[in-house]
Amino acid sequence: MERLMQMLSDYNVLAAFWTTIQLTVYGAIGALVLGTIVAVMRVSPVAVFSRAAALWTNVILYTPLTLIAFFFAFGVLIKMNIRLLPEPPATLLDQHFAMGVVAIAVYHSSLVAEALRSGINTVPLGQAEAARALGLGFGQSLREVILPQAFRGAIAPLGSTLIALCKNTTVVATISVTEAAALMKSMIEFYSDLIVPIFVIMVTGFVILTLPLGMFFTWWSKRAAVLR
Amino acid sequence: MTDSPAAAQPVVEMEHVDKFFGDLHVLNDINLTVRAGEVVVVIGPSGSGKSTLCRTINRLEGINSGTIKVAGEVLPEEGRELARLRSRVGMVFQSFNLFAHKTVLENVTLGPVKVKKSGTEDAKKRGMELLERVGVANQAAKYPAQLSGGQQQRVAIARALAMDPMVMLFDEPTSALDPEMVNEVLDVMVGLAQRGMTMIVVTHEMGFARKAADRVVFMSDGQIVEEADPESFFTRPQSTRARDFLSKILTH
Ligand SMILES: Nc1ncnc2c1ncn2[C@@H]1O[C@H](COP(=O)(O)OP(=O)(O)OP(=O)(O)O)[C@@H](O)[C@H]1O
Ligand SMILES: [Mg+2]
Repeated sequence: MERLMQMLSDYNVLAAFWTTIQLTVYGAIGALVLGTIVAVMRVSPVAVFSRAAALWTNVILYTPLTLIAFFFAFGVLIKMNIRLLPEPPATLLDQHFAMGVVAIAVYHSSLVAEALRSGINTVPLGQAEAARALGLGFGQSLREVILPQAFRGAIAPLGSTLIALCKNTTVVATISVTEAAALMKSMIEFYSDLIVPIFVIMVTGFVILTLPLGMFFTWWSKRAAVLR
Repeated sequence: MTDSPAAAQPVVEMEHVDKFFGDLHVLNDINLTVRAGEVVVVIGPSGSGKSTLCRTINRLEGINSGTIKVAGEVLPEEGRELARLRSRVGMVFQSFNLFAHKTVLENVTLGPVKVKKSGTEDAKKRGMELLERVGVANQAAKYPAQLSGGQQQRVAIARALAMDPMVMLFDEPTSALDPEMVNEVLDVMVGLAQRGMTMIVVTHEMGFARKAADRVVFMSDGQIVEEADPESFFTRPQSTRARDFLSKILTH
């Protein structure tokens, strides 16, 4: 018990999970924006856009997140020296964090785009035609008729994506962002006698983050379902 | 009806229109003029191209050759101009196609607010008047799925009317309905015809054709085979194809 208290005072578990939460929130916002753009391009009548979107989705869907994270951290940040945050006040660690967010957003944008595309497919084609027949343009039809229904139809898969995203944030431990998994690794190194409690603490942390998300999304997708 | 239809302005003019789906010649040299206030019923066997004809008039389907004019103006290719023209051509589909996530009233006000840029309050007021007219004002706050098929189709008619169309296209508006709901929709359409709306109606409802149509156009294999006033068409069809077709639908 004493050892445990000792460890918890040495390591700031809450701060590490706070980093995980930040990665999740920023990553999810980025993935949602990027994924929506990709999904819209995918269904656009312009062939170049829809092909580019299909390529993006398929390449990224089959690429490991670790590779994408390495590409942004060691390639873009270190080798090409492209920095996303103004420095100062940002530190090099902050730059790693930002690249981590970008990697997470890029990777999950393909999952978001696929979820939205499945949502778009639940909207009967006739409604798109009715919108066009009223004189709505492509963008207006999307905004007013297709996407609102597509998002509602995609709430469940978007929820699964968000949970996966939250868990996948651990990958950025490999690019020196001290989130939960990075902390765990270093705790195990110095408190190897406490492996089981460490594991339990970290698992509990992730369950606290993801379980309510899962329940919320299940409830929300039922509530928002479009009556047909 | 003051003017005789023949003297009125043409609203829809189709000249030598051809359309192919791959090798299939779905519209074969179609020539059709519909004048202001006219009601034209299009009839013909399944696959004869009736829906396609309707859909080319607001360019939901493009054509391969020939010209289509609406209110004297050749249909624009794509983009803003086409959208503007479509907004003046009302369309009612077999499957209603109401926006499932919007209330009945929102379905009717969407076009006026987003396309015609009417104020929300004006659009609502006018929307309620139209819903009143088609007999579903008491359903205004409900969602389409909560309505019967007949009510949904009447909402769809109100939605199209809200754009003040120059012409209304109906593609088998009653064929997805339970029999007991057919008349409530046809009554609304007869009412429109009596108010002088220009209408092109694909339907096999002979009662409607007799009551409201100025002309019946019979299509077969992508061609207009026969055109006549309803009475002559139903009692003395000229072509063998029309006779065959009528004998089939009359025995049912
Ligand atoms: N998008 C399409 N692609 C390929 N062929 C099509 C398409 N739409 C219609 N067709 C074909 O074109 C022909 C005419 O179809 P259309 O829907 O206009 O007929 P219709 O007279 O309305 O028939 P129905 O009474 O069954 O509604 C049919 O043979 C149909 O299979
Ligand atoms: Mg048809």
